[in-house]
Amino acid sequence: MTKAMSVAAKTKQIVKKHGNDKSGMIAVLQDIQETFNYLPKEALKAAAKAMKVPFSRVYEAATFYTAFSLKPRGKNIVKICLGTACHVRGASALQDKFERTLGIKPGETTKDNKFSLETVNCVGACALGPVVVINTDYHGQMTMKKIDKIIDNINKEGAQ
Amino acid sequence: MVNFTVDGKNISAPKGTMLLEAIRGAGISIPTLCAHEAVSRSGACRLCVVEIKKGNRTRIVTSCLYGVEEGLTVNTKSDRVLNVRRLVMELLLARCPESEVLQKLAKELCVEPQARFVADTDKGKCILCRSCVRVCEEVVGVSAIGLFARGPHKTVGTPYNEKSDACIGCGACVYVCPTGHIEMTSTGDKRKIWGRTFKMQACSKCGKFFAPADQLKFISRKTGTPLEELKICTECR
Repeated sequence: MTKAMSVAAKTKQIVKKHGNDKSGMIAVLQDIQETFNYLPKEALKAAAKAMKVPFSRVYEAATFYTAFSLKPRGKNIVKICLGTACHVRGASALQDKFERTLGIKPGETTKDNKFSLETVNCVGACALGPVVVINTDYHGQMTMKKIDKIIDNINKEGAQ
Repeated sequence: MVNFTVDGKNISAPKGTMLLEAIRGAGISIPTLCAHEAVSRSGACRLCVVEIKKGNRTRIVTSCLYGVEEGLTVNTKSDRVLNVRRLVMELLLARCPESEVLQKLAKELCVEPQARFVADTDKGKCILCRSCVRVCEEVVGVSAIGLFARGPHKTVGTPYNEKSDACIGCGACVYVCPTGHIEMTSTGDKRKIWGRTFKMQACSKCGKFFAPADQLKFISRKTGTPLEELKICTECR
């Protein structure tokens, strides 16, 4: 209960920051996702109440955009670009590699909550293809070797 | 009044009328699924297409959303219109093969299921016209349901597919649904809709179960009518 309360309270703050108005709904959802790493149900309900928008409208927006996740995600979010330019340069092979190394499929999270795997359709960095975005870092001209290195680095950071 | 021609006939209609009403008023039938007098127009089913001619150009438009214009030439039975309508019908039929309404309409339009459009099995009878969502928002005013996700995964329902606190069990969505997708079962003092069971109110005079208790409470709150007054069914009032 206390956790749900704090989620609702935090959400209220976020909504207030965007003017308590429904026109800022997407920005509110983005901020909620940044705070909790996903969109918790309590947060969506609290946001709908604070913005005076029906809960179903907020849920519509949250399910429409693939950038929003309704499931808790891992600490590090791996986004593999499968846009045309990346695809022809072998992005699907990279996807296989990530799936094998992390043991998860796109849309899933590893058991230790360290990694979430997502596929995106273009990140607008086609010249760097194949691109993999990990958290906010863009990794261009990805190779199998680089993947191992990056995952090792993140795992080491977590150990420290 | 605005004057225009439909299939060679001269027709006049008041300004602001949609083509659909004007054409139907002239005795020409146009099929549609999503145009319902209770909700605003969305042009979702796209069966009401007609061909309009302005100057030398012709264009396919949805008649339910296109206002009448002076000097417009409308064709409701050209090859182009029938082709577009047939394709729309084929796609709708592939989405909801088990819908009796669609089957009947397809028969009237001489459309048969096409092998190239593989029939869906998981969509039920929903054509995503959004009429139920509209009526819930515009007429009832509770917005308990919505269309969630997108693309091929888009479905109608309550948030998280859970029992909705906002729903009052009025059944307006069932009433406007053109294909009968939404399930509502009423047995005695209970009504089941959107996965939630509502308690029905018995009329305080004749004892007949006539409306969900939650709906009466909602009406009382909205209009300020005392709840006791609403507990009498419309026949006894």
